[in-house]
Amino acid sequence: MNLHSVVNGIARHRVASALLFLLIFPLLMPYEALAINILIYGLFAVGFNLVFGYTGMLSFGHASFLGVGSYLTGIAMVHFGVHWIPAIFVGVLASLVAGLFVGYLAIRTRGIYFSMVTLALGQVIYYAFYKAERWTGGENGLRGVNAEVIDLFGLRIDFLNPLTKYYIIWLFVALALWLVSRILASPFGSVIESIRENEKRTVACGYDVARAKLLIFVISAGICGLAGALRALHLSVVPVDSLHYLQSGQVVMMALLGGMGSFFGPFVGAGVFLYFEDIATNVTKYWMGAVGLLFMALILFFPRGIWGSLMYQLKQRGMLQGDRE
Amino acid sequence: MLDITPSLFMLQLMTGIALGAVYALLAIGLSLIFGMLTVVNFAHGAFFMVGAFLGVYFLALTGSFWLSLVIAPLVVGAIGLLAERFLVRPLYGRGIDYPLLLTFGLSYVLIDVVRAVFGIEGLPSSTPASLRGAVDLGFGHFPLYRLFLIGATAVVVLALWLFLEKTRYGLIIRAGSRDSEIVRVLGVDIAKVWWLVFGLGTAIAGLSGVLAAPTRAVNPEMGIHVLAEAFVVTVVGGMGSLPGAVVAGLLVGVVFSMTALLAPAYAEMSIFVLMALVLLVRPQGFFGKAGALG
Repeated sequence: MNLHSVVNGIARHRVASALLFLLIFPLLMPYEALAINILIYGLFAVGFNLVFGYTGMLSFGHASFLGVGSYLTGIAMVHFGVHWIPAIFVGVLASLVAGLFVGYLAIRTRGIYFSMVTLALGQVIYYAFYKAERWTGGENGLRGVNAEVIDLFGLRIDFLNPLTKYYIIWLFVALALWLVSRILASPFGSVIESIRENEKRTVACGYDVARAKLLIFVISAGICGLAGALRALHLSVVPVDSLHYLQSGQVVMMALLGGMGSFFGPFVGAGVFLYFEDIATNVTKYWMGAVGLLFMALILFFPRGIWGSLMYQLKQRGMLQGDRE
Repeated sequence: MLDITPSLFMLQLMTGIALGAVYALLAIGLSLIFGMLTVVNFAHGAFFMVGAFLGVYFLALTGSFWLSLVIAPLVVGAIGLLAERFLVRPLYGRGIDYPLLLTFGLSYVLIDVVRAVFGIEGLPSSTPASLRGAVDLGFGHFPLYRLFLIGATAVVVLALWLFLEKTRYGLIIRAGSRDSEIVRVLGVDIAKVWWLVFGLGTAIAGLSGVLAAPTRAVNPEMGIHVLAEAFVVTVVGGMGSLPGAVVAGLLVGVVFSMTALLAPAYAEMSIFVLMALVLLVRPQGFFGKAGALG
């Protein structure tokens, strides 16, 4: 077996290979909490990239869906005593609704206008949760989102054990990645990519572009909502910052860092971003400026991102066929 | 329920107009840059913040508010010129999202540079001595500084209008924002025009920062929310439209202060709701051209 067939084998079973890698991933990280963070933000970035990388719409409001997913999961658990498993579904459902609300208004606009409108609509949601102090804890965030221990025929699922927590979250991420991969491989996946390439031509081909855009926007919101729900369980609090547009900007950075044109690029980007953050916050207090500089350099010199450049190199050398990424 | 007398209503209306004046200035800068370069400047809020810091700093240094009102925008404009020349210009022709993302990164850098120079706490700002006190407007006493804010904005808008409509350079800018290719063919160095317009737009952002500094807390994060609000104004008024920026700026200011009077909890949200309504009824904004959203 040569390198050539290994590369293509991995590319053919992209989700399976990634999930296998993520199984041993916590062993490679300095501590489990960072690995869990990367898992959650990786999913967030992959969900965001459905709209950004695949459909070509730069949303600056995706923090809303992460935040709504987190908050509603948390609210269901804290205020209504719902078990954490159904609470995750409450969070995802809520972010789907939020996606419908933002998407319905925002897809009326195109290009940079879309970015500005999603940013502003995201701020509506931010202020709504910020002001609803009784339910959300306002500025302090929602506290006390503690997942109950499940005793499954002797198998104890306790979120206090970080490794157990990692693998439970891994399970949900695996399901979501498989779903995203299937959506992208479907005819609908081709439609959204053709919208990115040439919207007018897609209309001319007889596709209802507005509906496709709204649908992918809502799906993307749901995936990000799942990431948010998992984050609430991971942190056991929901910080109000998770709804802020700077959080939206962060996921844009992650997607670009890894490479927005590829399936795993955003995941890789999230990983590198958080790992870099983990190191940099220990070294300098001007972490934000360092990120800004890194990001500007990326835009100017490596617009393909880390993973995107790697895939490009592999294709250039004929080691990767077609558009397998 | 609070009893709202006509004079309270009028005072709040004036407060809204004063707030709207700052929004209008911010949106003018954004619109000017967008109309000419089709770049959405995500660092606009950061330039506003730098302007506010420099305004307070030069005021303390020179003791003259009027001097700081001139120097600070010039310095911010110079930073804008550098940013366009070395950061934005290499991205022309590479897709519309790239300059937007780059300026987003730039805003992070500007915020941290200000934190490093002036500290994370921010600076205490106060109303300049010559503009303290209140004026009797017939329906009540209104702070002189806010009145000055409205007047200063009117002067800037008028000067800008005269510059754009009555001068040779204004003609080039207007022609360039309509069709830059033709202007280039006619022998105008369009890259230089873009450069200067970016500088002008950021200088106006800096000016709005200097003007706004006495009315709000001056800290490194002050531009973050302002950016979202400036976007609301440009979306409501119509992207790239100067009259739109002024009208929408004042409207957004008034909507904010009126909601603050009637239902304080919803003040921040109200302007975003206004934007959502405008998007539903007229997606291109008040003065935007239909179909020009691409």
